[in-house]
Amino acid sequence: MQTPGSDTLVIAGREIRSRLLVGTGKFPSLATMRAAIDASGAEIVTVALRRVDLDAPADDLLLHLDRSRILLLPNTSGARDADEAVRLARLARAAGLGNWLKLEVTPEPRYLLPDPIETLRAAEILVKDGFIVLPYMNADPILAKRLEEVGCATVMPLGSPIGSNKGFRTRDAVRIIQENAHVPVVVDAGLGLPSHAADALESGADAVLVNTAIAVARDPVAMARAFALAVEAGRAAYLAGPGAKRDTAEASSPLTGFLEP
Amino acid sequence: MIETILANGGAEPSDLPLLLSPAVDPWLEALARLAERRTAARFGRTVQLYAPVYLSNACLNRCLYCGFSARNDTPRVTLTGEQVERELEAVRGAGFQHVLLVTGEAPDEVGLDYLEAAVRAAKRRFPSVSIEIYPLPEEGYRRLVQAGAEGLVLYQETYDRELYAKVHRGGPKADYEGRLQAPERACRAGMRKVGLGVLLGLGDLEADVVALALHLVRLRKLYWRTFFTLSVPRLRQARGGMRPRVAVTDRQLARLIIAFRLVFDDVGLVVSTREPAALRDHLLPLGVTQMSAGSRTEPGGYSQDGQAECQFAVEDGRSPADVAARLATLGYEPVWKDWDRNLG
Repeated sequence: MQTPGSDTLVIAGREIRSRLLVGTGKFPSLATMRAAIDASGAEIVTVALRRVDLDAPADDLLLHLDRSRILLLPNTSGARDADEAVRLARLARAAGLGNWLKLEVTPEPRYLLPDPIETLRAAEILVKDGFIVLPYMNADPILAKRLEEVGCATVMPLGSPIGSNKGFRTRDAVRIIQENAHVPVVVDAGLGLPSHAADALESGADAVLVNTAIAVARDPVAMARAFALAVEAGRAAYLAGPGAKRDTAEASSPLTGFLEP
Repeated sequence: MIETILANGGAEPSDLPLLLSPAVDPWLEALARLAERRTAARFGRTVQLYAPVYLSNACLNRCLYCGFSARNDTPRVTLTGEQVERELEAVRGAGFQHVLLVTGEAPDEVGLDYLEAAVRAAKRRFPSVSIEIYPLPEEGYRRLVQAGAEGLVLYQETYDRELYAKVHRGGPKADYEGRLQAPERACRAGMRKVGLGVLLGLGDLEADVVALALHLVRLRKLYWRTFFTLSVPRLRQARGGMRPRVAVTDRQLARLIIAFRLVFDDVGLVVSTREPAALRDHLLPLGVTQMSAGSRTEPGGYSQDGQAECQFAVEDGRSPADVAARLATLGYEPVWKDWDRNLG
C-alpha cells in the first residue's frame, strides 16, 4: 500500500525509513546488539518484554536502545494465549514503552509457531484498546484478512519457523497474502541469509524482520549491514519489475514477427 | 553413521548409544561444532542464570547417595517464613531474577501450605520461580502453579528399576512409578517448564540416557505446550553417601551434552555448580543454556552462614558477578531475566 510515486514504507500512518526490521535477542553482548542495530539502519526494533524488567527504569537492555532514533516494538514472545499477550502489552504501555506491539502468541516451545485463534482474539482486544498491532502469524491468507479486518497495522507471516534460518519457504502463500493485503506485509522469522531477505523483497513483501541470522553470525555487525544492502537491493529489484522466468531461450517475436514492417 | 549425523545437522534418539560411545571420539570436535551452531541458532549466545534456594533439608527418604538422607544424623533445618524472605532477598540482591526452590521430602514439616507460601514469597520478588521438590499429586502442582511456580525440576535419578529400589532404601521416594509419573502430573497442572534428568554415575550411563530421552520424547508429544530442560548432574560424594558406582568422566559428560544437543535442538540444558568453574566454561558452547551461579546447597546458606549441612559440595565457588563476567569474556550474554510474572 504505497503512495503513488513514492517508495516509503508506511505503517499505521508513520513513514518508516528502512524496510529491514530487527530483533534484539540472542546477541553475544548488548554492545554488539547496539552496533548491529546501527549497522542495520533499522528504524523498527523489536524487544521481548519477558527480557525487560518493567519495574526497573534502568533496565540494561532498554538503556542500549536509543529511542530518539528507533521505534521500539515490544513483543509478547512467551505468551501462550491471548490473555497473557494482552496483559503483557498493557503493562508495557503502562511502563512507557509505547503503543506499538508485535503480537506473538506461541503456545508450543519447539517451533514457536503462532496460534492463529489466540492471535486473532488478542489482536481484536488490543486494537480496540488503542494499540498498533503487528501480528506474527503463519502464512495463511485468510487469517491475514481476518487480522486486517480487526484493525492490525501489518500482517507478519513467517518465512519459516523462528530461528530456523531456512529462508523464504512460504512464498506461494505470502504471494496470495500480498495480492489481497491492504496493509504492509512483513515477512517475519526464518530468514537466514541476506539472499533470503532479498528474495522476500523481490517477491513483493513490503519489509522483513530479521533477528537470529544477524545475532548469531560470527560478525553480527557486518551481517546486519549485509541484510540492509540485501533489503535495499531486493526492493529495488521488485520496483524494477523482474522479467518472468522461462525454461527455454526464446526469440523475441517468433509468432508475430511477420507483422512487423 | 556419524557422517550422516554431520550431513543432516542433527541426530535421532536412536543415535544416542553411538554418540555416547568412544567410537565418536575421532569426530567429537566436528560434532561439538555442530552442537555449538545448533545451540547458537536456537538460543543465541546467551546463558540464563538462576540460583537454587534450599528451604529445608528435612527428609524421610533414605537415598544412598544424598547428604540429606534420613540415615544421616545431619542437623535438620527448615527455614521459617521470615528466614525464607531473608534468603530470597539475599538472592535477589545478587541480581538473580530466576530462582529454584529446593526441599527434601518431609511433607509434615514442608507441606503444601508451606510450599505455597514460599512460592508466593518468591513470586513477589522474582519473575521466574521454579521448584525442585518431592512428587505431588496433580492438584498439589496446580496449587503451586496458581501461586506462581512455572517450572518443575524432578529427576528420576535412574530408570533402572532394580537399581532404583537398591539405592532408595526407604521413604516415599522408593515409589518408582509415582516419581516417574510426576512430570506428567505437573504438565497437566499447567507447569510451563519441566526439567528431567538422571544422576550420572548411579546407573548404566547409556541405558539411563536412552530412557531419559524416550521419556522426554513421550512427554513433549503429550504436553506440547511445555518447555523441557535436561540436566546432567554428576553424582558427587556427599557426607555419608555412596561413591559413584561408575565415575562419569569429563569426556563422557562432554559427549553427553553434545549428544543431547544434536538429538534435541530445542531443549534447555542445565549445568549446575556441581561442576568446577573451568569445566563449566568448556562445556558451555557444547549446548548449555542455563547455569546456576554462586549456589549454596544448604537451607539459609545465602543469608546466614554455616548453619546446616550442604546437600552436595559446590565445585564452582565463583560469585554470580564473576560467573557473569566470565560469560561475557567467553562471548556470551548472561541473561538474568528471561521470563515475566505476567506469563502464566
